Amino acid sequence: MIDSLTQPDPDQIRNWLADVPDPEVPAVSVMDLGIVRDVQWQDDELVVAITPTYSGCPATSVIAFEIEAALRAKGIDRLRIERRLSPPWTTDWITQEGRQRLQAYGIAPPAETAGGPSPFDRFLRKDLVIACPRCQSENTERVSEFGSTPCKAQYRCRDCLEPFDYFKCI
Amino acid sequence: MNQQDALFEYLLRLGDNALILGHRLSEWCGHSPALEEDLALSNVALDLIGQTQLWLNLAGEVEGKGRDADKLAYLRDGRDFRNVLLVEQPNGDFAVTMARQFYFDAWHYLLLRELAGSRDPRIAEIAAKGLKEVTYHLERSRDWVLRLGDGTEESHRRMQTAIEDLWMYTGELFESDEIDQAMAGEGLGPDLATLQEPWLGLVRATAEEATLSLPQPGWAQKGGKRGIHSEHLGYILADLQFLQRAYPNATW
Repeated sequence: MIDSLTQPDPDQIRNWLADVPDPEVPAVSVMDLGIVRDVQWQDDELVVAITPTYSGCPATSVIAFEIEAALRAKGIDRLRIERRLSPPWTTDWITQEGRQRLQAYGIAPPAETAGGPSPFDRFLRKDLVIACPRCQSENTERVSEFGSTPCKAQYRCRDCLEPFDYFKCI
Repeated sequence: MNQQDALFEYLLRLGDNALILGHRLSEWCGHSPALEEDLALSNVALDLIGQTQLWLNLAGEVEGKGRDADKLAYLRDGRDFRNVLLVEQPNGDFAVTMARQFYFDAWHYLLLRELAGSRDPRIAEIAAKGLKEVTYHLERSRDWVLRLGDGTEESHRRMQTAIEDLWMYTGELFESDEIDQAMAGEGLGPDLATLQEPWLGLVRATAEEATLSLPQPGWAQKGGKRGIHSEHLGYILADLQFLQRAYPNATW
């Protein structure tokens, strides 16, 4: 039983959550992706605020479940997962470590920061140059705006010829 | 109509547009011209269904009668749906689907951009979330209008036919009735008429680049926002609602 004297520190809890993998991209954790927005005790109840990456992301409920399971395993029994929409999730919240892990896993991390030009201006722009996560070649082409999940686009490397996913910037 | 009823109706319109278009796009799953397109159309559908849940859950909360997004989606009849006629039009060929999407995305983008500044923070946060998704929907559907319009003789012919056939459903997007006016008056949503010029600007510029000729603004087919739908909605609902109608309260 946890009381106010034995409550684990929120930083400790964040460390635990850094071991909870994202269900769709297990190379990165829910902390790496910036899905966990807040961890705090409200009296004897732990409140973890999470935000969906995409409105229709089917992983959101799995993520909530896995966070809950991980924290219960650490002995936290009074726990509430709060869903928070605002501010909306952005790829800018993916940590540096997260970006390196994506790269090592074969997914090119977001190449721009969000909040760039609106589509009305962006239409005129050339396609972004995305480096191949395997051979680092910049000689790549986009195959599709969508890859295996809504958050990714599909690319192909013209040098090593491998297809790869690119984590889109939103 | 009091303020709460008007807000409920307004939220139904937002949710139903996303729901019905999301359903239409999901009909392509397994039938698209290429695997990448199959993925893309299904993913756009998924975004729209996600937005539907947010809007319709809020609508149910405002209504205060214990209806959530599922109840509103599965247990209302056609006359209670508030989507615009454009989104219920059949998929047709790929050009029709992409022309419908482009007309809608351009409007949806402009609308959500305004709603992100709504005085109601619940509306503002859903709009800000959806706007990120709709931004790339718009880039993609615009790209297809260009590729098909400025493509082969056959693709050009089909896209030209599609933009003409769907044109009469675009007028409804900019018509304000007493509900839109009540929302605009409270600072909850934009005056829809102000979206028309930027929409036309984008659509005209795209048509020109795609070597397509845009019809002149003219007579508009409308009624969806008040529940008067084309014959197509009934078929969509028969498909969408079958399971809950046949096996009430089924869950998995």
